[in-house]
Amino acid sequence: MIALFFNDISRKINQGIIPSLCIMGHMILGTALVYMFPRSNLAFLVLITSFFSLYYFEADRRFKFVAGAVLTLLIFPVVGVRNIFYLEVIFQISVFSALALGLNIVVGFAGLLDLGYVAFYAVGAYLWAFFGSQQFYILHYAPGTQPANLPFLMPGDTFYLFVFAAIFVAALTGILLGTPVLRLRGDYLAIVTLGFGEVIRVLANNLDKPLNLTNGPQGITPIQRPTMPQAAVDGFNALFSRVVGHTVSPADMYNVMFYLFALAVIIVIVFVTRRLDDSKIGRAWTAIREDETAAIAMGVPLVKMKLAAFAVGASFAGVMGVLLAGSRTFISPESFSFMQSIGVLSMVILGGSGSIPGVILGAATVTILNLQILQGLSLYLSQLRQSDAVIPIIHFAWANLSSQLDPAKYQRLLFGLILILMMIFRPAGLIPSRRRKRELVSDALTDQDKE
Amino acid sequence: MKRFVKSINIREMLRPLGQMLIFSLGSTVILSALMLALALILDRTIVGQALFQRLNVSLYTYTLVNLPQVAIDGLTIGFVYAAIALGYTMVYGVLEFINFAHSEIFATGAFVGVEVLIGLEKFGILSGASLAMAYGYLLLAIIAGMLAAGALAVSVERVAYRPLRHASRLVPLISAIGVSFLLQDLIRLTESLTTGQYNRIMPTFGNFDHRILLGRMTLGATHIALGVSIKSIIVIVSAVLMLMGLNYMVNATKVGKAIRAVAQDPQTASLMGIDVNRVISLTFLVGGMLGGAAGVLYALKFTRIDPFVGFFPGLKAFTAAVLGGIGNMTGEPCSAASFSACWRPTPAPIWGFSPWALPAPNIKTSSPSAS
Repeated sequence: MIALFFNDISRKINQGIIPSLCIMGHMILGTALVYMFPRSNLAFLVLITSFFSLYYFEADRRFKFVAGAVLTLLIFPVVGVRNIFYLEVIFQISVFSALALGLNIVVGFAGLLDLGYVAFYAVGAYLWAFFGSQQFYILHYAPGTQPANLPFLMPGDTFYLFVFAAIFVAALTGILLGTPVLRLRGDYLAIVTLGFGEVIRVLANNLDKPLNLTNGPQGITPIQRPTMPQAAVDGFNALFSRVVGHTVSPADMYNVMFYLFALAVIIVIVFVTRRLDDSKIGRAWTAIREDETAAIAMGVPLVKMKLAAFAVGASFAGVMGVLLAGSRTFISPESFSFMQSIGVLSMVILGGSGSIPGVILGAATVTILNLQILQGLSLYLSQLRQSDAVIPIIHFAWANLSSQLDPAKYQRLLFGLILILMMIFRPAGLIPSRRRKRELVSDALTDQDKE
Repeated sequence: MKRFVKSINIREMLRPLGQMLIFSLGSTVILSALMLALALILDRTIVGQALFQRLNVSLYTYTLVNLPQVAIDGLTIGFVYAAIALGYTMVYGVLEFINFAHSEIFATGAFVGVEVLIGLEKFGILSGASLAMAYGYLLLAIIAGMLAAGALAVSVERVAYRPLRHASRLVPLISAIGVSFLLQDLIRLTESLTTGQYNRIMPTFGNFDHRILLGRMTLGATHIALGVSIKSIIVIVSAVLMLMGLNYMVNATKVGKAIRAVAQDPQTASLMGIDVNRVISLTFLVGGMLGGAAGVLYALKFTRIDPFVGFFPGLKAFTAAVLGGIGNMTGEPCSAASFSACWRPTPAPIWGFSPWALPAPNIKTSSPSAS
């Protein structure tokens, strides 16, 4: 009934010029709100949900394309430079969307549960961290004892080269890790990939002896960035400095630049994923996911296809790893823990495995929950703790609340809840993939036939 | 009374003991031989020379002298892992799915047991306790941990696994990972709210820290004491008792027969009048209780626990369970467990003698963080 009601409404709204107006209205409202309240999380949420309007309203494709481009290329950078925290959120959303899209190929398309996906991210990150820092010259020093004023191994502009190198290196790692585990199915594969994820992290942690390759738990810093053309900073300042309210420094522009890089990677990934999904390889993956034995019987080259899924998924993570190393200028093994893998997995599961818009939605939701809602709650609680307010009925002073109760630290709780609830109530995700939807519909039909 | 005594299947009770003895001794001997061979090979290389310069002994002697202590320590930890591994094996045997949350059930058991002991210490009961009473309190803590962990395991199955029993295989696994993460933070949340911190230390009482000296060995200028602490003996004895109990329950009682039947074929078992849901709940209960007891033993051995303590022991125990043959319910769960017990010493010698981290002579090689 409810679905019918909504269909009715959407049919009435999606006529003529109304949807375009709605999209425009949503975007303008969001921008205006963010402009008026630069610190409000709510205003930012209104702006970022413009993507919903963009996705659900049926407007002309060219209009949608232009609106999306304006939103991502113009409004987000300007708003982000104005309040650098927003830019951080947007950047993290892009990074995790890209990671989740990569994992989506392995989990959603090929149905291979990979619990160590962050390993490939680490491979990319350490690749650029090694070549883009002074690490090569301190191979024989214990961490922390290197002399000052060492040169860098590679100039910063080779970053672009390493973005492409990371594709191959990470894909190779994916194949190397994938080869021995191909015989495994389902849950055993999951455990083995978990083990591999840990192996990479432990390697990064311990490869400071006998040759100091990774600088151990202290991590590698500083890592170079590509040079920023002064013209870009000047141009941005000339155009937007009045809107932003202050002159933009090159450091801010770097954040914008890496956000744009991440965006470009996402676009490439979405393009590749969609083409793969419709291709022979994509159909082979679906066959493997649904029934491995039947797939072999139909002549699907199982080994090749599984390795392809591992390699494609891994290469995207590798590229994002290089981006991460460049944007943070610091990496340490801590960034590649098991929890990160589970975080990316929960994004895929929440959005809907196998569905591209779903996975992006999942990544955005989890990141916003993590960075804005949980941290906002933490801030609110610490404010309460400093005031002398009292919970009315039970007479509990907020000041007595344990400082351990900091919602920002409870990411595991969030990930765990997402995974359990989605599995029990909506295993296909928030935006199920088209194929899943068809399967579910046909299931419902056959059920009706039986009755 | 006479009928009851007659109904006890002595053979089934003693069989796992023999198995465990053979497995643990055998693997200790094999692994020790491997280690010695490795030491002989490495003796001539730079590794052996570096050691010789530092301690003035050859790597072979060093290995030979340190090996017994390492083997004892490894066996102790091995039995803890064996007790954890039983929970994985039982659930896998019946449901064919990896209970990822078992490591957190283990951690819950550890926390409840330690909290009981801390509570007793707060009231001053623990410090004045006689030796017999100290053992009684430890038993109390173990039982409390078992009950809490068992109850938790059953309720987790009810809430997070039962609705998904007919879904595809990956669905309950993902749900189990979710439960594992959720429980880690729930433990942390409750501990932070009630005590203000989430690292807990097992109180010292009784004579558990006492070390029984078995002998002395000379290594260059220093002596190495070969000994085993009382708590290691407690850990081994209770783990062996648990393994024997489980083996008896599965192989020689009516309930065990029902569990084996469900493990083989749930549908046919339900046709034979076995309540499959109840048997599955029971499996989780038993597995959880063993995990909880293992948690308290772990806390006794390593004294310090935190909410994330379960992850690595859980992973290792799972590895051990797979090595011993996971889901080997119909046959001999104990052989799996005891095999895992023997497998465990491996990392300890390897780490103890790894060329880059040669420890000082009074080695304590088998710390959980090292392996």
